[in-house]
Amino acid sequence: MTTDLANRSTDNSPTQRDYTASQLLAVSASRVLEEGQIVFAGIGITLLAATLAQRTHAPGLTILFEGGVIGPFIVPGELPPSTNEQRCTRRANMLVPITDVLLLLQRGYVDIGFMGGAQIDRYGNLNSSFIGDPENPKTRLPGTGGGNDIASLSEIIVAMKHQKRRFVEKVDFVTSPGFLSGGSSRADSGLPFGGVKKVVTDLAILGFDEKTRQMRVDALQPGVTAEEVQDNTAFDLIVPEGVKVAPPPTEKELAILSDLDPERLYTA
Amino acid sequence: MTVVPYAQLRERTRQRDCSLHEKVISLEEAANIVNDGDHVAVGGCTVSRTPIAMIWALVRARKQGLTLSRSITSNEGDIAYVSGISDHIMTSWFSQGIVWGISKMMRAYTETGRARFEEWSHMAMGLRYRAGAMGVPFMPMRAMMGSDIVGLVDNAQEMECPFTGERLLLVPALNPDVALIHVQRCDRYGNAQIDGLQFMDLDIAMAANKVILTTERIVSNEQIRRAPDHTKIPFFAVEAVVEAPYGCAPHECYGTYEPFFEHMDMYAQISATKGEEGVKEYLDEFYYGPKNWTEYLERVGLQEMLDATRRGRSVYDD
Repeated sequence: MTTDLANRSTDNSPTQRDYTASQLLAVSASRVLEEGQIVFAGIGITLLAATLAQRTHAPGLTILFEGGVIGPFIVPGELPPSTNEQRCTRRANMLVPITDVLLLLQRGYVDIGFMGGAQIDRYGNLNSSFIGDPENPKTRLPGTGGGNDIASLSEIIVAMKHQKRRFVEKVDFVTSPGFLSGGSSRADSGLPFGGVKKVVTDLAILGFDEKTRQMRVDALQPGVTAEEVQDNTAFDLIVPEGVKVAPPPTEKELAILSDLDPERLYTA
Repeated sequence: MTVVPYAQLRERTRQRDCSLHEKVISLEEAANIVNDGDHVAVGGCTVSRTPIAMIWALVRARKQGLTLSRSITSNEGDIAYVSGISDHIMTSWFSQGIVWGISKMMRAYTETGRARFEEWSHMAMGLRYRAGAMGVPFMPMRAMMGSDIVGLVDNAQEMECPFTGERLLLVPALNPDVALIHVQRCDRYGNAQIDGLQFMDLDIAMAANKVILTTERIVSNEQIRRAPDHTKIPFFAVEAVVEAPYGCAPHECYGTYEPFFEHMDMYAQISATKGEEGVKEYLDEFYYGPKNWTEYLERVGLQEMLDATRRGRSVYDD
């Protein structure tokens, strides 16, 4: 189970207009997905993003669930509460044991994995295990689930709320590897493939410098300034000159999200 | 947890009665198969096909010192800690479920060092059971390297591949003393048919020294033989069969019932607001109090059972 707990925060972002921060995250994440990709989805925002992509620009996108589900079709209003329950199997092409669906990552079939996390650092390393010293933690978090496997073996998109306490100088614990200490350190550690493709937040779309692997602002969310993004980040971001503003969610995208999640379980 | 030496693994298998014989017993008798200190693998995943009836029986039998392992651990892990049957759980993720937030009991026990949550990646757990099922001492894998997870687990080692020179992580086999697996149906010999999601149960069954099956219903051997392709666990791997209808309640059993959401919400509320004392009251009411499994189900309640059943069967609707 990829940890979406971090996205359950109820605070409203400063960008909130006629859409919620969660809807913005789902729309931005869906736009990063491409036609024909095989995508490992969690529940909540990541599943909404993948399904939204299927219903807009990527009808041939395949969803995988960690519980052992290949190519399910999500029924509007019946979003599954976890990736391991019968609701995840609706209109699936195939059910396999958990280990075998995870091995698709290792075999190279998975284009994109979706991740959340309690903390992320400048190299995209994610923590969903411990807040504080792991030997004597302030908070023991639920752990990796398949997060480490997904982050180790495929390209990932991270979707999370942009807050200074989450975008930290150094994560307390590397649960799921990003680019580790930058440069070639990820490949040198035995992880020659994958890495963090994008970090999508309610303030910005972020990527990573190809050489140093440090986090960079690729686009600002509508109505957000580069200063705001930096102010909500505990490390120095790379902000290119004349950084673009991402187009806001369209009415069509928001209508599809409302159809999928009419009770706003995940997009409140 | 050390790897079981191969000679010992083979000897334990050799000593088992693998004949096609009847092995139906009660929950209480099945609990006697589990010894204090055993490594007990728990089938299912999160709130799905969890062998709650057997965990209930182990709690009532006041087992001690069990090491539990599971793909993903839900609130049966809370119950194992608070009841005292286990202070060591190996798993990849531990909380009641994403919709209920972080488990207060998991936090209370692990943050104070009263119990251990040994965190492995999900695929690592799967490959450890698979190695056990294959009769090899480890499996190589390409995840977990570079992370901090590998530094906190027992027994994972990197190696250079002798064929390619690549870096690989070796994860040690798990051969549980006992596996607890709940299925939709099996016969009196233990031929088990599983509908829907299989999770890691097939590997767990073949890795374990003893498999205790609980089942929604016992069917005839003739029925099994009419659809042998649906049989996922062979009779000779099974030590005991217990008929336990609604044996996952309040968790889910695919195609039979969905989670009992009101009960799960009630548990989450109790553990969040009343903490350990609340969970102890829950244990008194639902674990120690009932005379038998039927009375447990009565206390959970018919209304919830019917609601969960209606939702569960809907998986076969078009």
